[in-house]
Amino acid sequence: MMTAEFFKSWFLPGVWITVQVTFLSAALAFVISFVIGLARTAPSKIVRILAGIYFEVFRSTSSLVFMFWIAFTVPMLFQIKFIGMAAGVIALGMTYGAYGSEIVRGALQAVPPAQREAGIALNFTRVQRLRRIEIPQAWPEMLPPFNNLLIELLKGTSLVSLIIVADMTFAGNLQRLVTGDSAPVYTLLLVVYFVLAFLLTRGMRLLERRAKAKLGQAPPKGGLLGGLRERGAIDAVTGTAGTAGTGGAK
Amino acid sequence: MSAETAPTDVNPAVDGSELIRFDKVTKRFAGNTVLDNLCFSVDSGKHVTLIGPSGSGKTTILRLLMTLVKPDEGTIKVNGDYLTHEERGGKLVPAGEKHIREVRKNIGMVFQQFNLFPNMRVLQNVMEAPVQVLGLSKDEAETRARELLDMVGLADRCNEYPSRLSGGQQQRVAIARALAMRPQVLLLDEVTSALDPELVAGVLDVLRDVARTTDITMLCVTHEMNFARDISDQVLMFDGGKVIESGSPEKMFGDPDHERTREFLSAVL
Amino acid sequence: MSWDWSNVDAFMPRFWDGVLVTLQALAGGALIAFVLGLVWAVALRAPQAWIRWPVAVFTEFIRNTPLLVQLFFLFYVVPSWGPSMSPLVTGIVGLGLHYSTYTSEVYRAGIEGVPVGQWEAATALSLPKTRTWTAVILPQAVRRVVPALGNYVIVMLKESPQLAAIGALEMLGEARGFSNETFTFEAISVVGIAFIVIAYPASVLLRVLERRLVR
Repeated sequence: MMTAEFFKSWFLPGVWITVQVTFLSAALAFVISFVIGLARTAPSKIVRILAGIYFEVFRSTSSLVFMFWIAFTVPMLFQIKFIGMAAGVIALGMTYGAYGSEIVRGALQAVPPAQREAGIALNFTRVQRLRRIEIPQAWPEMLPPFNNLLIELLKGTSLVSLIIVADMTFAGNLQRLVTGDSAPVYTLLLVVYFVLAFLLTRGMRLLERRAKAKLGQAPPKGGLLGGLRERGAIDAVTGTAGTAGTGGAK
Repeated sequence: MSAETAPTDVNPAVDGSELIRFDKVTKRFAGNTVLDNLCFSVDSGKHVTLIGPSGSGKTTILRLLMTLVKPDEGTIKVNGDYLTHEERGGKLVPAGEKHIREVRKNIGMVFQQFNLFPNMRVLQNVMEAPVQVLGLSKDEAETRARELLDMVGLADRCNEYPSRLSGGQQQRVAIARALAMRPQVLLLDEVTSALDPELVAGVLDVLRDVARTTDITMLCVTHEMNFARDISDQVLMFDGGKVIESGSPEKMFGDPDHERTREFLSAVL
Repeated sequence: MSWDWSNVDAFMPRFWDGVLVTLQALAGGALIAFVLGLVWAVALRAPQAWIRWPVAVFTEFIRNTPLLVQLFFLFYVVPSWGPSMSPLVTGIVGLGLHYSTYTSEVYRAGIEGVPVGQWEAATALSLPKTRTWTAVILPQAVRRVVPALGNYVIVMLKESPQLAAIGALEMLGEARGFSNETFTFEAISVVGIAFIVIAYPASVLLRVLERRLVR
């Protein structure tokens, strides 16, 4: 049985932790996506190679193993202590940032070269072109794969329970250990994760609608039953400019 | 940048001196020689039309001048300055971004496909570069933009997004956008080729206006031979990556010397 | 504490055990994901709404909830009314089920990626339905599907350490066990590098394959 005490002391605080971890690691991943994504299109070859290495390494890394490494090995080796959820946020942000960089790079590459040329013809610098022309045009293309990535990230936050961060999955496990009754709490967990994913999707669709309106384009088709994932040119789950897959089909 | 913020109504070189010079320029694409040791010059204030069969390298000349592509050999000078090279210690070295931008600010271009920025409204399209590149204040840029949009007959479409305009309207905005930078040279790359036939006249009228009322040097690639005859001071016939003949429009369209010119004109006229 | 290579050496036998279990989980999970994904994809194209709807809701739910919680559900809840499975088998089923909802999208995209003109041409030639599928549609879809499926196998590989949470002794499980028993910390680094060493060449290989297959 799930008691009121369990909800008040463990489950609701756990939901709050999950929300916090999601937003903090999404913010970190977002910054890394842009830094690495832009660096991967930089004119300097060295910058491109370094950013490419970051992408390849973290795309090949298991986020859970990396999270354990940050949480347990790094403190041992370097005498650094991470407080609370920091290790989880860093691990999630760094791995999902690598996938995000592919979204940024791909969307920038999809801006027609003629737009870059028009910018050159008006004598813009590279930074001005990026800021005023290329990123604003690529932005609406980034949102659908970012939406998919955000849901993957939300799911990924459950891993922090394994490094003893008291998120809602942790609360669920605790409930099982204390009462031995697992069916209701795990069902509830799945439903809450799904609802959170649904809410995130709604928010992202709103952003997308606004972004498209700014380009004078038709808004995306909404609808309650359209599914939570969106199809775009880049597969956020595998980090590839996918030819097929969730969010990978044209 | 301070010199640029001052009114530049007066172009520095309108006295008919040499403005553009191509010296032994060669350009290859994937082993294909598009321009072959090309030499020619354009005097300030002149309206020059480049004609010739497709694939003869006309557009490449404009793209070289706009630094969208770089020459494999040879040099290009604008206003006496090297465009893609700079002199350092008496040697010609490939130019840095700063040098290129300094020379390039005298050049404007109108593209076949308009290339308006879809993320900006019409007014913003025209204001953007004067504000960002020339450092004009928003008010100055807006005044300038509204004047130009009025000139191209689109004063009432300032707040539309480009995607809501017809091709002809978009191209007229693109002309206003290029003129807002007050270039010495305006490059026109087949500006009517992507338009439906009924929209061509409006764009050409605007360009005739520009040619008549300003002293901007125009370099024009076009298939509109009547337009070329109307506005040109000089017509260059291209074939095989070289200028094979040049002269006044009367001579070129009336009685060209070269057999290839004759063939080409009889095929397109 | 400083790095001690002798701890790495000591871990190696258990590391290889873990590699074996990881590969078993991956092979089993991928097989289930491939087959079940195709079932979902076909069901989602069914003309009957009563087939399409439940499948759509089910796959949407599985796809948008964490694998980790699904593993807990399979391991702790299901045995109370269903089969009781070992950690590894539970992991294989969990991985396979979770990623079948992704592979179904891969199949769907592959099938939809075949131009409509191909269906029309097959109809114009009066090809029988099965022949249309086997000779026209699927061979063209495969070119798009195979690299994408491969990419999901790599994703499954990287997610497989979650099986450690229900006690399967794959690479991470072995590393944690070893670390806890010996009070050392090197094992997790070994496993982390192992993932990069396996996943990176695999993704390079897939990119080459993709370039070959897709045009």
